[in-house]
Amino acid sequence: MLERNPLVQLTLARLREFVRQPETVFWVFAFPILLAVALGIAFRNRPPDRVRVAIQAGAGADSLAAQLAGAKALRLDVLDSATAAARLRTGRVALIIVPGDPVVYRFDSTRTESHVARLVADDEVQRVYGRRDARAVREVKITEKGARYIDFLLPGLLGMNLMGTGLWGVGFAVVSMRVRKLLKRLLASPMRRSHLLLSFALARLATVGLEVLALVGFGMLVFGVPFRGSVVTFAVVALTGALTFSGIGLLVASRAQTEEGVSGLMNVVMLPMYVLSGSFFSAANFPDVMQPFIKALPLTALNDALRAVMLDGTGLAALALPLAILVAWMVASFAVALKIFRWL
Amino acid sequence: MTGTAAIRCQGLVKRYKDVVAVAGLDLEVRTGECFGLLGPNGAGKTTTVEILEGLLAPDEGDVEVLGMRWATHDHAIRERIGVQLQETKLADKLTVVEIVTLFRSFYRRGHAVDEVLDVVQLGEKRNTWVSKLSGGQRQRLAIACALVSDPDILFLDEPTTGLDPQSRRQLWDVVAAFRARGGTTVLTTHYMDEAERLCDRVAVVDHGKTIAFGTPKELIASLGAEHVIEFALGEGQAPPDDAALLALPGVREVRAAAGRTTLTVEELHRSLPAVIDELERRGLGMTELVTHHATLEDLFLHLTGRHLRDA
Repeated sequence: MLERNPLVQLTLARLREFVRQPETVFWVFAFPILLAVALGIAFRNRPPDRVRVAIQAGAGADSLAAQLAGAKALRLDVLDSATAAARLRTGRVALIIVPGDPVVYRFDSTRTESHVARLVADDEVQRVYGRRDARAVREVKITEKGARYIDFLLPGLLGMNLMGTGLWGVGFAVVSMRVRKLLKRLLASPMRRSHLLLSFALARLATVGLEVLALVGFGMLVFGVPFRGSVVTFAVVALTGALTFSGIGLLVASRAQTEEGVSGLMNVVMLPMYVLSGSFFSAANFPDVMQPFIKALPLTALNDALRAVMLDGTGLAALALPLAILVAWMVASFAVALKIFRWL
Repeated sequence: MTGTAAIRCQGLVKRYKDVVAVAGLDLEVRTGECFGLLGPNGAGKTTTVEILEGLLAPDEGDVEVLGMRWATHDHAIRERIGVQLQETKLADKLTVVEIVTLFRSFYRRGHAVDEVLDVVQLGEKRNTWVSKLSGGQRQRLAIACALVSDPDILFLDEPTTGLDPQSRRQLWDVVAAFRARGGTTVLTTHYMDEAERLCDRVAVVDHGKTIAFGTPKELIASLGAEHVIEFALGEGQAPPDDAALLALPGVREVRAAAGRTTLTVEELHRSLPAVIDELERRGLGMTELVTHHATLEDLFLHLTGRHLRDA
């Protein structure tokens, strides 16, 4: 019976073409894992580096250096003013201390590192000149899972991968069928057009589970990334995301006549989201005026939702907004794609 | 059923921007016949066939396929026609049987997949990827996809272009078998031997218009002469002028091009000795002499002054 079902046959054809293409299997499954490994290692948590500070040579420099020698957070060098200035300029020291009364701090206040150096150095300098703590404090140090960079990164990589696979998988396949005149040949048969478009979505649903499992499973096993939410909620978010990007892939490919053309279009669509949508770093880094625009992007919505479920255990009800954004993109993309789709 | 019209079209016009691809074309294809559209590249054959297949809408004119019209009965017509397009490349990474099964699933009725693979002699290749097939095998696979629905009309657009002689003959066998079972075939080609071999009737098309129409025999007979003599002379020798050659017994037409002279003659046994005598009398030495039965190629040359291939 399945042999005679066009939707089943079309979906099977898509899946067969997918698994018989070793390079797509690499990009979908292996690449995001390799990326997670590389970034996980590069940005692993470790104790903060000591702050590099220069003391400008001159009266009182050596005695100040000796008095500050016990400060563990600082790495001190006594340098003549020209060398110190050059090192500050090139970022090899974060701050220059010029001894005297008043003590002068020279630093670039827009650099986070220099700002930290200013606070740490000043604390030590004030102690040397006799300041005492007004109130005793006690420190409790924690490294909580879920707050590390890899924990932030993994849902972002997953979102990015769902976007890439959806756009490339659907968009490229459609254009390649158009270039090969296969779409035209199908049009000459009584195949229902909606079946072909639907088969792309169904084939995507069949592969998305594996894709998510591979990346999330890897993150949990190797990096101990937490998974605090419900599996069902997570599945709903991932499937919605996958279908949304399949729709956008279809839209991007709906009129493109060459494979080069569609590649260019896809990069135009994806590149802003790679940067803006908080895959590698928080989208909160961008100015407030841009936030409404960034929030409306489908990848931002997907990343936020995936992260909320994985790291905060957020339930479905609280994800209404990002899911609504995704569904809006999905419906609009499929609808417009169907309308303007070029078969010949 | 033979004798009724499978396809009827009148006053077909199709323009692309400033090019007129089809310029007022009339056709009638009878049920059960193999109908050929013969013409050079760019004559409008493909455009015409794609209009008949419902892939293109004509700017003007009327098309009726199996008594139905495009735009109102698209789905019903598509269920009953089989189409092979000139340039379709089927999915490389699917096997022969997977592709034919896919196409079979689109139709309500049709043949068993393996039955069709046997008809096109691809049974042994059923589990081979398309990327591993030869040109002839791919073309037969395309025809299997067209035949799997057991269509009433089979459309073939230049099915043997670029194939080796053996592959062409295999493909002709498939078409002949389809016709023998009562199927109607519409075929475009720029090979006159293909048209003569396969087609019951032929429309010769040039610049988007039918310039001759009939059975291959009738068309060749319309030349008024059934044989062709071609000769070439030695370096620097000019052939006798046309009038002198036309004066020879049975010579109907003279053409000279690229150092070769082509004569269309009624009876070879009368004209050939006369031509040889005439050349000898003038002291001209032949370097080449060829005779053959007149073909559709000669008809096309007669009608347009151009050869089919280089038109």
